[in-house]
Amino acid sequence: MYAFDFERPATIDDALKALGAEDAQALGGGQTLIPTLKSRLASPSKLVSLTAIPELKGISTGDDGTLCIGAATTHAEVAAGAGAYPALAALAGNIGDPAVRNRGTIGGSLANNDPSACYPAAALASGATIVTNSRRIPADEFFDGMFTTALEEGEIIVEVHFPIPQAANYQKFEQPASRFALVGVFVARYPDGVRVAVTGAAEDGVFRWAEAEAALASDFSAGAIAGLDVPGNAMIGDLHGSPEYRAHLVKVMTGRAVKAAG
Amino acid sequence: MPKDGGIGASTKRREDIRFLTGTGQYTDDINLRGQAHVAFLRSDVAHGRIKGIDTQAAAAMPGVVRIFTGADFEGIGGLPCGWQVTDRQGNPMQEPGHPVLAQGKVRHVGDPIAAVVAETREQARDAVEAIEVDIEELPAVVDMKAALAEGAPKVHDDLSSNLCYDWGFVEENKAAVEEAFAKAAHVTTLELVNNRLIANPMEPRVAVGDFAPHSGDSTLYTTSQNPHVIRLLMGAFVLGIPEHKLRVVAPDVGGGFGSKIFHYAEEAFCTFAAKQLKRPVKWTSSRAEAFMSDAHGRDHVTKIELALDAENNFTALRTETHANMGAYLSTFAPSVPTWLHGTLMAGNYKTPLIYVNVKAVFTNTVPVDAYRGAGRPEATYQLERVIDKAARELGVDPIALRRQNFVTEFPYATPVAVEYDTGDYVATMDKLEQIADLAGFEKRLAESKARGKLRGLGVNCYIEACGIAPSNLVGQLGARAGLYESATVRVNATGGLVVMTGSHSHGQGHETSFPQVVADMIGIDANMVEIEHGDTDKAPMGMGTYGSRSLAVGGSAIVRATEKIIAKAKKIAAHIMEASADDIELKDGRFTVAGTDKSLAWGDVTLAAYVPHNYPLEELEPGLEETAFYDPSNFTYPAGAYACEVEVDPETGKVTIESFAAADDFGNIVNPMIVSGQVHGGLAQGIGQALLEGCVYDENGQLLTGSYMDYAMPRAADVPFYSVDHSCQTPCTHNPLGVKGCGEAGAIGSPPAVVNAVVDALQRAGHTGVTHIDMPLSPSRVWSAMQG
Ligand SMILES: Cc1cc2nc3c(=O)[nH]c(=O)nc-3n(C[C@H](O)[C@H](O)[C@H](O)COP(=O)(O)OP(=O)(O)OC[C@H]3O[C@@H](n4cnc5c(N)ncnc54)[C@H](O)[C@@H]3O)c2cc1C
Repeated sequence: MYAFDFERPATIDDALKALGAEDAQALGGGQTLIPTLKSRLASPSKLVSLTAIPELKGISTGDDGTLCIGAATTHAEVAAGAGAYPALAALAGNIGDPAVRNRGTIGGSLANNDPSACYPAAALASGATIVTNSRRIPADEFFDGMFTTALEEGEIIVEVHFPIPQAANYQKFEQPASRFALVGVFVARYPDGVRVAVTGAAEDGVFRWAEAEAALASDFSAGAIAGLDVPGNAMIGDLHGSPEYRAHLVKVMTGRAVKAAG
Repeated sequence: MPKDGGIGASTKRREDIRFLTGTGQYTDDINLRGQAHVAFLRSDVAHGRIKGIDTQAAAAMPGVVRIFTGADFEGIGGLPCGWQVTDRQGNPMQEPGHPVLAQGKVRHVGDPIAAVVAETREQARDAVEAIEVDIEELPAVVDMKAALAEGAPKVHDDLSSNLCYDWGFVEENKAAVEEAFAKAAHVTTLELVNNRLIANPMEPRVAVGDFAPHSGDSTLYTTSQNPHVIRLLMGAFVLGIPEHKLRVVAPDVGGGFGSKIFHYAEEAFCTFAAKQLKRPVKWTSSRAEAFMSDAHGRDHVTKIELALDAENNFTALRTETHANMGAYLSTFAPSVPTWLHGTLMAGNYKTPLIYVNVKAVFTNTVPVDAYRGAGRPEATYQLERVIDKAARELGVDPIALRRQNFVTEFPYATPVAVEYDTGDYVATMDKLEQIADLAGFEKRLAESKARGKLRGLGVNCYIEACGIAPSNLVGQLGARAGLYESATVRVNATGGLVVMTGSHSHGQGHETSFPQVVADMIGIDANMVEIEHGDTDKAPMGMGTYGSRSLAVGGSAIVRATEKIIAKAKKIAAHIMEASADDIELKDGRFTVAGTDKSLAWGDVTLAAYVPHNYPLEELEPGLEETAFYDPSNFTYPAGAYACEVEVDPETGKVTIESFAAADDFGNIVNPMIVSGQVHGGLAQGIGQALLEGCVYDENGQLLTGSYMDYAMPRAADVPFYSVDHSCQTPCTHNPLGVKGCGEAGAIGSPPAVVNAVVDALQRAGHTGVTHIDMPLSPSRVWSAMQG
């Protein structure tokens, strides 16, 4: 690790002020950022912890019925507290291990947009809204490819609003070493349609599988996607699986998610 | 009372209390006054010529004490290799130099180029980044066959090629083997890869060098399985420090699995730098460094052929293996694919003719050396896989084929130079069939099918040569060291004992099981016996722990020393009780004059030894302390039979282990619980190799599996609840305890069971073209195999 300054503000305003310093960076649970620092792959001048700001924490139901989760809410808190959205709670409860879940945060995960992370699939499949200190960003406009998002320099996620679906399920096929998603598929059925988001598989990160969404809208059954070709996105090929294997898994996992969602 | 803690008791491990409460004393817990820290600049290219190193800017960084490069080690020895293999022509292997810090060239990613000693670890690391090295990158050789091709880039410019040796075993059998193949009714051929592994002990390597200017003595604290060996290799061959001026201490060590046997550059560096700087120098490996600097394991590419006659008797076996040495010869590397591998190719079977050819190859990768099982897993894997394939080709039951070819009479001299003293392979197979409930397999198969899963059963046998020792034998085989073991038993005045052993414990439970042996012999409570190990200033010269040798060889030395203690104590007791020493009996910690009611307690006699007021001083010296060195006449030969049941998800290729049963014959057992624990750990490692672990380099020699994000370690959820049994016991005939060693069996015996089971599952499901899948059997590989 390189040396850095550390601040742990109690309000969003103070956090933004601290983040105004050159090369300052937000720190959520540190479950991605700390290993990066330890490997000396990043050298922020200052880390601004977001975990002591009450407004960034907790789970509530908004006036519009959406589930609102503070950005600094840990995976473990979501697993235990998002009972209103069981598929989301289950997803959070299956990220990493207890140590990771007790520290890692939803805001950190979305801001990081790891192409193999779980939360991006949930946000995209739910048509969630990412609320930042300055604006509201629909999930469809938030994810910009591997490790890239619509967030501006110094902008932080404050809250994430999830419309609650009629039925949903997340199927994660684990990469054997990291246990991140080799392929993860989140399927959510809403009155106005079905959304299918795929993580882990594509070089551009999380994406929606439009053909499956269309097929499932008229027939929400695993059989509905049987005849479909797997999306044409450039799939990741690495030592854990070829592009063909990942494409195959997208279909298998989508089928399983639909079946489990019921 | 005594029997409770004696031989055969499942005494709980006394060392676990400190390990589990965080009070263990590991090398990284050692911090000496005035200590400086070292960080290494390591090569990020696999092969290159060093054209210049500019340390000027780095030297000016805060906290930097001194920067060392290869130039500082000119005229100082390189890291020695402890084993010499002679090739088919009778010539010695090609043996390149192995400098402490790179000189002229870098040969693998991670090769140390320079070392910064600074006040703090982070300052040392900062300065490492400020060193400017000019490296002309050279084409790397990674693939072994490509490395041997005409015109391939040479890892070592001063060697004639990348071939370390071309070894034939037994060379005189070659013609007879070919003849047997020509006459065979059936030949089964299999090509396979024994995947490269990284040991990944929980504790990374650490070294602390210290120098005492007042005495001129050097001390090295290090994470080692064999501190005396390090003292000898480093003192005599690298730094030129005689044993009496060099102390090596290996305190609590958090797992080794072989990777902490070897003498590493960082150990020599810290000892050297401490003397130069006259202050302690400490290095703690990061996990990332461990991936590219700890010796790797396995990495064999093999073609094996089995010849059978018309009655399905094995008539001959022929193998051709390429074994990766990496960029340099690690301490025992040459022995692994040869004497620890070729000598085991007979397995549990009476195949009369065997020929093993091994080409050891230098590549631009981390050095490869012994890893739990070392050579024996490679032998077992190929043999048990080819037998399974043969059974399938012949349409016979794989268990029946094995039984038909078992060695049944002992001692048995194999055609590959070793003699099995005892064993009963029929008994372990019978036991396996029972504990694995093989009779119930069809029912479980149907249940899996109903759940949409493909079930498979894999069975195999294994044998290993353990208790790695007989010095005269291993000397003939090329070992440059003796492989006996030592023990000093010191009895204190009030009766307690300290046993100093040359074996080292880094997870094996010696502090519990060794006292059981001594307590049993004397008839006292095991808690009266303390084990000391790991410090060359305390224990007599010993060879350390590897090759499942600690109890068989080290334990036997303790028995011999304790016998001497008892003999002397009886003489003292005889004197006090005015009887003949021949009439003294020792039972339950009391000396009795046979046939009388005269007796003395253990403590009365030990006190007399140190307070010799009534003592036979004209015949005996006072005191009660004895040393023994034990060198057995043969290896020990643990053997067993393993069964694995798997389920394969036909949609994803994911394999889950549904059950695993192990029936082992370890001879006599001192602590059944510890033995089961050793088997459990070995099985987890074997299952890890079979399903998960695999070290991968790209074609440029970059390590693709350089962290846990890509190198898959087995976790609790990946392994089943095991069914292990060690009730089949044919005691070893040539050591006083009748024990055989159990530390490696699980890792040796389990990979073929897993692979046999997966192939069985796919075959049963109609994938008849799938006769083999290379490890690790990751979901993507199994799925690809099913796609045909
Ligand atoms: C062993 C292990 C296993 C894991 N397994 C999984 C898994 O299976 N699935 C999975 O999805 N993830 C997994 N993770 C990643 C984990 O979920 C992380 O917690 C998450 O990716 C990052 O969240 P964090 O709060 O720890 O963020 P940090 O590491 O603190 O930060 C990550 C990035 O986000 C930025 N950031 C943090 N908070 C905010 C915010 N509110 N607004 C804007 N930017 C912010 C930081 O500046 C940084 O760039 C694993 C991690 C580990 C260590």
